Amino acid sequence: MISRRALVAGTAALATTKAFAETSHLTRGLPPGLTGALGSLPGKRPLLELSQRPPNYETPVSYFTGPITPNDAFFVRYHLSEIPQIDAAKWTLNVAGKNKISLTLADLKQMPATEVTAVCQCSGNRRGLSNPHVAGVQWGYGAMGCAKWKGVRLKDILEKAGVPDGSVEVSLNGADGPPLDKTPDFVKSIPLWKAMDENTIIAYEMNGEPLPHFNGAPARVVAPGWTATYWMKSITDIALLDKPFDGFWMKSAYRVPLGLFPAIDRFTTQETATNTPITEIMVNSLITAPADGARIAKGALNVAGLAWDGGRGIDRVDISLDGGATWRPATLGEDLGRFAFRPWRFVAQAQKGPLTILSRATNRAGQTQVAKALFNPAGYHHNVVNAVSVTVA
Amino acid sequence: MRIITSALVLLAFAVPALADEATIKLKEAPGVEAVRNNCAACHSLDYPITNGGFLDAKGWTATVTKMQKTFGAPISDADAKEIINYLAANYGK
Repeated sequence: MISRRALVAGTAALATTKAFAETSHLTRGLPPGLTGALGSLPGKRPLLELSQRPPNYETPVSYFTGPITPNDAFFVRYHLSEIPQIDAAKWTLNVAGKNKISLTLADLKQMPATEVTAVCQCSGNRRGLSNPHVAGVQWGYGAMGCAKWKGVRLKDILEKAGVPDGSVEVSLNGADGPPLDKTPDFVKSIPLWKAMDENTIIAYEMNGEPLPHFNGAPARVVAPGWTATYWMKSITDIALLDKPFDGFWMKSAYRVPLGLFPAIDRFTTQETATNTPITEIMVNSLITAPADGARIAKGALNVAGLAWDGGRGIDRVDISLDGGATWRPATLGEDLGRFAFRPWRFVAQAQKGPLTILSRATNRAGQTQVAKALFNPAGYHHNVVNAVSVTVA
Repeated sequence: MRIITSALVLLAFAVPALADEATIKLKEAPGVEAVRNNCAACHSLDYPITNGGFLDAKGWTATVTKMQKTFGAPISDADAKEIINYLAANYGK
């Protein structure tokens, strides 16, 4: 299906032209090695470059102008550097249940289609803001995006293969792989209940287009509400399991201390006495305008942003202009569903001098953003109240 | 599709395979060759730069050990020591 030649060609395509960001792209609080350099990947507008191989690129805050993130602005995250170019016409999805079945893209497109608008957010989004800093890709605010995904319910695919009694998890493997055979391949699992959830799909369209190469062409897992580690790109193999999957990327990676975060969704077959796999996205918000560090005129100041969570839905966003002493509600915008970015806006009266704007989202379960990050060794789930500082002249 | 011997990988990546990656400039200091010869087999050399400034020798030891033990990188202990010393001295806390 995938030749090494194609693979090498795909990697060589990464040879890019480079532009360097203005200082406004630099996010406050990141480690000193971050330069704010923009790099361009084929099919993408310039994105903030975190690493070239494997490619890790995030969306600059200025690109988040609405609840949908355009495909060419969507962040790119890979763990392993062998990323094949896949011929969609030859691609197959192998599913092991009661029976082993193999589905082509044409097969998938003949099955009942469904759509869901959902945020795809890296577990480590904002890791670069961890205090103290922790090793890993030093993401700022942009390892996330929201798209309208179209595809087939995973439930329908699993039922086509037959779900054996006693199944507890579903494993997910994609086409990417490590350059060394001793490096654990990136394979994940989700609980059977999440796999059978009506919103969990195998998506072959993103915002009405085929998936971009760097976002999982020709089809990927969409697990609304859950962090992107489960959204396996370029999915090739799915299996129903009668015991917990014990690969490295489940057993050792993507874990958070048990009880540290107020997650409602649990992954009980993978929990230990001390930690648990990360599950749903924590409620969060981002101020998209004005830009941090901007100089603005006094008077009416339009503040805009996004809020999102793990699928309970956003109840409210509050804004503070006095360091958190008092809060006033922002006006929520278009509702594309409980898994989507919820836009919001707020009009502030800006007086001359320095001004810091804080945004804090609360979801329908009553969860809200934290004032100080809940430190954890891998730097996951950073959802500190967002702050933007400007100078009013 | 990923069954290649480690030796071949090292040969393939001993010289930067991508024109673009040649633009990544590590600090020239003792040990930089060990970094180039080992680390670039699996990832571009921007990782130590973006992760620079906050890991001490213990932190870099943990990272390099993870590459050996968890990710199966065939780094000799002698090279690992050289890499750790380089990273701690040039990209340390």
